[in-house]
Amino acid sequence: MTDLYLSSLPVGSIATVVGVTGKGIQASRLADLGFLPGTPVTCLRRAPLGDPRLYELRGVQLCLREAEAACIRVSLDG
Amino acid sequence: MAEASMDAEAPTVRLGLLGSPNSGKTTLFNALTGLRAKVGNYPGVTVERREGSTRVDGRLVQVIDLPGTYGLDPVSPDEAVVARVLAGEVAEVAPPDALILTVDSCSLERSLWFVAQALRLELPTCLVLTMTDELTARGGRIDLERLSAALGIPVVSVVGHRGLGVEELRGQLRDPAAWERPPILPPNDPSERQGWMESVIERVLVQRPERDPLTAAVDRVVLHPLGGSLLFAAVMVFFFQLIFAWATPAMDAIDAAMGAAASGAKTLLPAGLLADFVSDGLIAGVGSVVIFLPQIVLLFGVLYLLEDVGYMARAAFVVDRLMGRIGLEGRAFVALLSSYACAVPGIMATRTIPSPRHRLVTILVAPLMTCSARLPVYALLIGAFVPATMAWGPLGWQGLALLALYLIGAAAALVAAAVLNRTVLRGEAMPFVLELPPYRFPPLRLWASQVWGAASAFLRRAGTIILLVSMVLWVLLTFPQVPAPPGANEAEASRHALENSAAGRLGMAIEPAIAPLGFDWKIGVGLVASLAAREVIVATLAQVYAASEEDEVSLRKAVREDRNPRTGELVFTPATVASLLVFFVFALQCMSTLAVMRRETNSWRWPVFAFGYLLALAYGASFLTYRIVDALWS
Repeated sequence: MTDLYLSSLPVGSIATVVGVTGKGIQASRLADLGFLPGTPVTCLRRAPLGDPRLYELRGVQLCLREAEAACIRVSLDG
Repeated sequence: MAEASMDAEAPTVRLGLLGSPNSGKTTLFNALTGLRAKVGNYPGVTVERREGSTRVDGRLVQVIDLPGTYGLDPVSPDEAVVARVLAGEVAEVAPPDALILTVDSCSLERSLWFVAQALRLELPTCLVLTMTDELTARGGRIDLERLSAALGIPVVSVVGHRGLGVEELRGQLRDPAAWERPPILPPNDPSERQGWMESVIERVLVQRPERDPLTAAVDRVVLHPLGGSLLFAAVMVFFFQLIFAWATPAMDAIDAAMGAAASGAKTLLPAGLLADFVSDGLIAGVGSVVIFLPQIVLLFGVLYLLEDVGYMARAAFVVDRLMGRIGLEGRAFVALLSSYACAVPGIMATRTIPSPRHRLVTILVAPLMTCSARLPVYALLIGAFVPATMAWGPLGWQGLALLALYLIGAAAALVAAAVLNRTVLRGEAMPFVLELPPYRFPPLRLWASQVWGAASAFLRRAGTIILLVSMVLWVLLTFPQVPAPPGANEAEASRHALENSAAGRLGMAIEPAIAPLGFDWKIGVGLVASLAAREVIVATLAQVYAASEEDEVSLRKAVREDRNPRTGELVFTPATVASLLVFFVFALQCMSTLAVMRRETNSWRWPVFAFGYLLALAYGASFLTYRIVDALWS
């Protein structure tokens, strides 16, 4: 088990959300979007210019910029 | 009349339609209410307000389409509106008696979080699971009965664009007060709420849907670093072409038809003020509204098609990094690009930008993109004063001058966006959220109603203002009427009439204010008249110089040789020409843009602000240009 931030999760790998470190609004919005502890999340790809990145979680594909993804702690399984 | 009698009848129930973006809420709204939606704005914010009604067993049911939201904490202005409507704090909108909650069945695992928040509102609620055809196609299965039992509320499965399940939902609408209510509310504490959510999912999600294979395959190309960028560039070139070139034949046809109608009116009516008013005021005014329709219909036809299919979200993903640098987001790109043709469709294209703050910044900087109405002005001045010789290889000085004007405008838009984001519109940074929905065949009825909605909103709300202002300008350019001196030919009489009109006098009155920019009263008259539309300055200068507008060579010659009667110096020195060109790069001389800003932001505050800040920019930049070029030249 390695802890890291979602923004540094390599493309193609799966991790599990540990928690959200952002401020009030940011944290509650990320929770609304499904970034809740224990949720598996996959980094699908990067945009052509590197940012944002496309993630898949809870049946939805959504893009986060680096600033937001850096608020989400995840653990890499294995 | 039908509408009036409908309004007179009090609805038996008011339903609020609540759901996340992309949850099929709008499709369901249309399926329920047909095309009778009333579209407006919530007071003070740029959030669109849609209400419609439907009949169930002969009784009137009113449906409020609440803005799409991911949660009920008021994070964005959209969500603040939802919260305020639900709390009954919006005077114009009575709070709903019951809620219909739309949830995309493929994203149930995420959406239950929102369902939990909605149930805590303690209104009678019916859950509508949308796009269940997609769920089945992707191998997923939800047990509806267990879901209904777990939540304690009625659950209906609907495929909105095919109308499946809509009748069953209508059956439910007979008596929302009788809907089953949850015996215990979902917990409010986040970790308890998550526990509740996972336990519901475990009971009802029989089979999790697979990733959509078509979407995955198409995205391998559309989001590919190279392929995706090329496709994005191609789509943007297509947009540009569409607005700039392909709308032209229809616009020319409208222009010709209006011209024919105007001269027809002149021959039919007895010569005099009435004939002038009908042809130059009324018909020309209507023409200046209708002329935008081809661009608006074409732009929105393609824009909404790409949006409904799912491409616009991908395009925003591809270009987001560039726009993020100036504090905007990917979707602003299309709006700014369209503004190269015309700021009117460009500003309307900001409707696809979900964040109201990004939307407002984009609206405020869109007029800086070099629109096609500036081209006649640039062509006249560059043609008259920039030598038609080659600067370097095949590059001519005239072309380089035009390119420089385009680049100054684009650079100014980027800087203004960055500055506005940090100053006037500063606020807590909203988390950037962009969901990539699976590719879908667009529901054509919804598409058609969206395009129609854009066009009719322009005609009703902006068109009336444009028509009114063009009449006012006609009056200013016509009155007071002073008889021409005897022996004057037609061109001289027309010049005399303009000089003595209110607009002409206004142009003279502002001469002291514009003298520091190197402008004389003739340019002043042109600037006053160009408030109608930028290109009008060419026709006005032609009138002031008693030159024929058709004969551009004679006008170029007239402006080139014009001398100040007192000093004998040339009026159009290089410094004045450069200053005037720069003025046109920045100034917002376009009543249609102001009218459409008013329409889209639902207040005069933002058009007034845009006009003011762009005028200040134009004045400052022209002043500096005049001084610098003047110093360099002499």
